Amino acid sequence: MFGTAKRDTALLIIVAILTLFAPFLLNPFPAGSAMAQFNAGYPDLMQRFVIFGIFAIGFNILFGLTGYLSFGHAAFLGVGSYAVVWMYKLLDYNIIWGLPLAIVISGVFALMIGFISLRRSGIYFSILTLAFAQMMFAISYSDLLGRFFGTTITNGETGLQVYRSDPQVLIDSWESVPHLLGLVEMRSTYTMRLGDWSFDFNAGYYFCAVIMLLTFYLAIRIFRSPFGMMLRAVKSNQQRMNYTGLNTRPYALAAFVISGMYAGLAGGLMAAMDPLAGAERMQWTASGEVVLMTILGGAGTLIGPVLGAGFIKYFENIFSKINDNVLHSWFAFLPDGIEDFMVVIVHPFVGKGWHLTLGLMFMLVVIFLPGGLVEGGQRIARLFRRKNARNDAPDGSKTPAE
Amino acid sequence: MSFSKLTRRGLIKTSAVAGAGLALPTYLRADAHSGFTNAPTGDTVTFGFNVPQTGPYAEEGLDELRAQELAVQHLNGEGDGGMMNTFSSKALKGNGIMGKKVTFVTGDTQTKSDAARASAKAMIEKDGAIMINGGSSSGVAVAVQGLCQEAGVIFMAGLTHSNDTTGKDKKANGFRHFFNAYMSGAALAPVLAKEYGKDRRAYHLTADYTWGWTQQESMAAATEAMGWETVNNVLTPLASTDFSSYIAPVLNSGADVLVLNHYGGNMVNSLTNAVQFDLLNKEVNGKKFEIVVPLYSELMAAGAGKNVQGVIGSMNWNWQLQDEGSKAFTKSFGEKYGRPPSNSAHTCYVQTLLYADAVERAGSFNPCAVAEALEDFDFDGMGNGPTTYRGADHQCFKDVLVMKGTENPSNEYDTLEIVEVTPRAQVEYEPDHPMFAGGDLGECNPGA
Repeated sequence: MFGTAKRDTALLIIVAILTLFAPFLLNPFPAGSAMAQFNAGYPDLMQRFVIFGIFAIGFNILFGLTGYLSFGHAAFLGVGSYAVVWMYKLLDYNIIWGLPLAIVISGVFALMIGFISLRRSGIYFSILTLAFAQMMFAISYSDLLGRFFGTTITNGETGLQVYRSDPQVLIDSWESVPHLLGLVEMRSTYTMRLGDWSFDFNAGYYFCAVIMLLTFYLAIRIFRSPFGMMLRAVKSNQQRMNYTGLNTRPYALAAFVISGMYAGLAGGLMAAMDPLAGAERMQWTASGEVVLMTILGGAGTLIGPVLGAGFIKYFENIFSKINDNVLHSWFAFLPDGIEDFMVVIVHPFVGKGWHLTLGLMFMLVVIFLPGGLVEGGQRIARLFRRKNARNDAPDGSKTPAE
Repeated sequence: MSFSKLTRRGLIKTSAVAGAGLALPTYLRADAHSGFTNAPTGDTVTFGFNVPQTGPYAEEGLDELRAQELAVQHLNGEGDGGMMNTFSSKALKGNGIMGKKVTFVTGDTQTKSDAARASAKAMIEKDGAIMINGGSSSGVAVAVQGLCQEAGVIFMAGLTHSNDTTGKDKKANGFRHFFNAYMSGAALAPVLAKEYGKDRRAYHLTADYTWGWTQQESMAAATEAMGWETVNNVLTPLASTDFSSYIAPVLNSGADVLVLNHYGGNMVNSLTNAVQFDLLNKEVNGKKFEIVVPLYSELMAAGAGKNVQGVIGSMNWNWQLQDEGSKAFTKSFGEKYGRPPSNSAHTCYVQTLLYADAVERAGSFNPCAVAEALEDFDFDGMGNGPTTYRGADHQCFKDVLVMKGTENPSNEYDTLEIVEVTPRAQVEYEPDHPMFAGGDLGECNPGA
């Protein structure tokens, strides 16, 4: 089906079902309960899951297949966001104008940066991409381009916003937030209450989810294509490829541009969900984050980057919100002295210390599961299979992770 | 994978079941539509306190959080009531707000617009926050204010000093109690003229973002109006930690005053660098060299140590003020945390009380009703003397403090002393003043 092998089709369908039912899956605890702290099924976070999923899928096409480690992909994320917000400012709040432009412009930037950076490989390539991204960050953070032209381009540290004084030539009187063709507003949410549970169905989330499924499908096709094979060959031994008389650079450049366009699309979607583009999303920490996502989930696997993106975003948004008050309420059943002791013990790992927890998890994964979360899943599946002797599917243990 | 036997029929069956499962609950829904975002339904109401807990302004943020926690206690009738006893409006009874107990959630802005918006969104969407308060950067305040306008909740700004927050970027759902760069300039200029003379040559170092720009513009305009000359203005990146390379050229520029339009860690570092270069002991044009820091804070002064001695700047509020409101607040803050509150803590505390009071007076949590209650609201007893929340731009007008680094501090909190309380009339301006022009409040948005 869809021109993909059965296993890939199955994977695609599993991902589709997971994204479709995400509002249920991510809100397993009743709204008022103490565990509601761990619910992740609110629109903003669900949107982030799929948007950063797209970002990581695209990054994986470059890093997972060719092995070129780019430390500057966040630059394309920012470019995509700026493109979409500029379309809001010039035309109107319809996201249909901005998203294609985001993909095209980030593709152009990726072509320019990739053309230069890919002259080198290994650490030098990484440093070049990092340098370009930091340059772009500095330019947007101080709006140097805007200052040069005497107008606002990125609006510096405040971030690019839509003002009522902007031209917005196509604007209608009812438009005040991003929408799709006037059919549905991105922030419109339908909340379903079932007893104590509450589930949010957000239009923006489902829009992003559909786009993520499309890009996921595209990634599968790239992975399985002769082009994908060529990229894998670049990763395994580029020198030998060159000696056989094959010029590998166009392939690597194509992969770079494609992943740049993925990043631009992700950035565009961020602005489509929330009409503001800040320079911070181009900073090197954001570039590093997508590397973490990909490695954590499993570089070179199809589903890994999406899992990694979800994992990191969950930590960033859920663990960082656990403060001392919440801790005290958790340990309230203990005697006073022990309660305070427990709070002191747990305190460094939650709230603003969420980076520490994430770092520890990252270390554990890299040490014990070098193939990322996907490898963990495979090991569990293998355990399960060993017990169940009848099920001896030929794939799984012997084929590489995907 | 057990999906290897996937058939077309199987897929259709599965999707039909899934579709039915999804559609079913639509019949079970009881729609609670109340006309505005996050209308409190139970016996509690939730505030969202969005402050920097990491990054360059983390100190300020943590102090804001202390004050917000204190404000919630006072609203719920715990503790000694603090400023609720001195507040001129008596709508608050210490039984929560309209009988609902106040609870709060916190978020970390990281002093980044993106992160701040994400955490504010989480508080609004997940925790049902009805009001967002806090923050310590104008860039963040402008970004979060825009978000609150779209989401339909009230934004009670924390420490934000840029003219743009209630100027070019003002929003109908956003309110600022803190003073702004224009007021700093208007309050400082006469004091500077008196202390340092009217024929000074000023050199500006400016943090390169919205607050720095408007601060520099305001200072230059105010000082030039009384005869000073602006020699140069150099923009420094917000992320800088070493300002030596920016200080060196000051000596050769012929300037005799250095204006540091820096805040937080930036100001601590640039002031320390300037003192290391021994600027304060130099004589230029036959006059003693001076340094001015337009926006002061206790936490910055503590960070800069004895380098601030004798340096003049301005503040929104200081714990040393002797009016009843200030004394009550400083007392309850000191009893709870063992330290005096900073001016960012004060503004967040006051903003929280003002919001609660406006809800009581409006009789509704609806953002539009609350905004109406806050607009052109006159009050007193909150530490700044008689104050007005101007309806035209949602900016508070009140007295401004001109401060000076204490020459001989008696304890670790005695870092700044009050030089002058500049009366409100001197710092007032028209809503369409050129430094504030170009914005539009728009319509108040109640959300859903």
